[in-house]
Amino acid sequence: MRDVHADVVVIGSGAGGGAVASRLAPLARAGRRVLVLEKGARLRDDDFDGDEIRMAPALYAESGGFLTADGTMTLAFGQAYGGSTVVYTGTSLPCSERVIRAWGVPGLEHADLTRRMGTYASQNNVHLLPDEEINENNRLFVKGCREAGYDCHQFPVNVRGCRGSSLCNLGCPNGAKQGTHKVQLPCAEAEGVEVVTRAEAVTIEERAVVVRVAERPEAALGAPSEWTPGAYRVSAERVVVAGGSVGSSALLLRSGLDRRLPRLGHGFTAQPALILVGEHARPITNDVGHPKSFYVDRAEEEGFVLETCMYFPFVTAKNLTGFGEEHEALLRAFPRLQMILVLAMDKAVAQNRITVDREGDPVVHYTFTSDTVDRMVAATRASARIFFAAGAERVHAPPARPALLGRADANRIDERIRREHFLPGRCSVSAAHLMGGCGMGRDANDSVTDAWGRVHGIPWLRVADSSLFPDSLEINPYLTIMALADRVAEGVLEDLGVSP
Amino acid sequence: MTSDSTLAPIRDSFRAITRAVAPASSGLDEAGWRRAEEIADDALRDRSARVRRQLVLFVKALEVLSRLRHGRSLGELEPDRLHSLLSAFERSRLLLARRGFWGIRTLAFMGYYGQAEVRADLGYRADRRGWEMRGGARTPWGDRAGAGGPEEGILVAEGDGHA
Repeated sequence: MRDVHADVVVIGSGAGGGAVASRLAPLARAGRRVLVLEKGARLRDDDFDGDEIRMAPALYAESGGFLTADGTMTLAFGQAYGGSTVVYTGTSLPCSERVIRAWGVPGLEHADLTRRMGTYASQNNVHLLPDEEINENNRLFVKGCREAGYDCHQFPVNVRGCRGSSLCNLGCPNGAKQGTHKVQLPCAEAEGVEVVTRAEAVTIEERAVVVRVAERPEAALGAPSEWTPGAYRVSAERVVVAGGSVGSSALLLRSGLDRRLPRLGHGFTAQPALILVGEHARPITNDVGHPKSFYVDRAEEEGFVLETCMYFPFVTAKNLTGFGEEHEALLRAFPRLQMILVLAMDKAVAQNRITVDREGDPVVHYTFTSDTVDRMVAATRASARIFFAAGAERVHAPPARPALLGRADANRIDERIRREHFLPGRCSVSAAHLMGGCGMGRDANDSVTDAWGRVHGIPWLRVADSSLFPDSLEINPYLTIMALADRVAEGVLEDLGVSP
Repeated sequence: MTSDSTLAPIRDSFRAITRAVAPASSGLDEAGWRRAEEIADDALRDRSARVRRQLVLFVKALEVLSRLRHGRSLGELEPDRLHSLLSAFERSRLLLARRGFWGIRTLAFMGYYGQAEVRADLGYRADRRGWEMRGGARTPWGDRAGAGGPEEGILVAEGDGHA
């Protein structure tokens, strides 16, 4: 095993790790060694070709099909230089004051997060797309919301030079999305921060990380690692873990830290999502233009959020319930499909948590609570109303039997879409907003870290990602992650005696 | 199929299930089937040995059931009977049965809809050049009423708002 020493080692390069890396860049410029370890690969701009089968293994853990322990939900989380910021749609919403207050984390103030989120929104060119860039999939959502009485809003997005490929979830093929791979990491590297890709943190020891650097598999996308493949022990004054909700929790669990942190792995939430489609009589622009431009936020009132979306044929096929001719007919209507993603705002409950198996691999235990199912059903009903109000001829709703609703069903939506038709393992449920596992709080009895991401009782170890959320954020999380990571980096700089 | 193919021992069953879940796959030629199996096998290669074993066992169990109930293999069943058999698993009261079917159904969809020719045949036209490939078909939005701008407190950068 090779020995390496750094002043700070950051594990993960997504919204959290990327933000920490950029804030620590002055350290590197001053001659201190800052390392960022990323399990995924560094992709070149021309690697992004929009092919869902080729891109998924290069960008997502388990190709985006990581299954929960009982196999009823797939979890999508990024694994590449830039983490999940490579594969999201760039939607950039700030957290609400209501949610941060409800978290009740001592020392965490919404005003402080807002200031920091503003910095990253500015760095990442967060703005509203002009009207002429909005495709019909989104315009129909707006029309449907207006007719059905839902208040919808436009997503600010972090793109620069968007050509409207619609391929955001497979990594922007035009380099337009301003994730950490385009903004924070290149800036940090220019200042001397070292990013090592294909480098998996295996365990954390006392002020050190055991790392395994992998070979670039034959025919795989992306560059080889910057380091020679093999095992390393990286010692550091400070370690910042930013491997995402699942990755960070699993790393700390593998390292045996649950013995002193009983809340480690707890508090997992995921905003379970269903993909719904409405079929129109005529072709619409859906596979061109930014896919996710509008949303309806009913989190506070009804426990759900609706977002426009557009997925690729295989992902769409997988997420529609059923099979055979009826299912295929819907796929054949692809140019006429409108899509809505419904997100249920789940709450942290005891049974939903992250553990590791004997090999140290993460296992996510997740059960749909009664409240979560009710919220998915309510969200599906709302979406069906929006589809029909927008003029759809047919609507595919997984919690309905049969799943296809015709126009004659438009006035009996509540009767057709019912919770007893939501059958886990039959309805495809996916989640991409993974949160919790290393929650912030007062002490080790109720949490894993304090409000600055410092692990209770281990002052040299911090966490800087969505695993810090003590409960659901109730909205797309990346700006909040960056703001929390910014606080973590500030804490590290103070620890090292550097003025933030 | 390569020597580490998971599907090799259940190839005929996999093809039969694919034809049932995506009927148009019946039109695939031998090269198309090989591509479908290659895509599915590649996806399985990333999965644990336990998951691969479970999948093969599940498909073999389907085969046994088909022979017990109808005296024929999955590949020999009439489409309606095969559909009924698979539907029973899809709607089973046992989560294990539903999970197993969901897994093989997902692989079948991946193998079929994962092919570029099939995607094109569906009319899916996403392209890195985006609007440019549609002749710059962006149109003014005359009736935006009802579409809210950003909610209060939203963070938007100044300048460079346009692509």
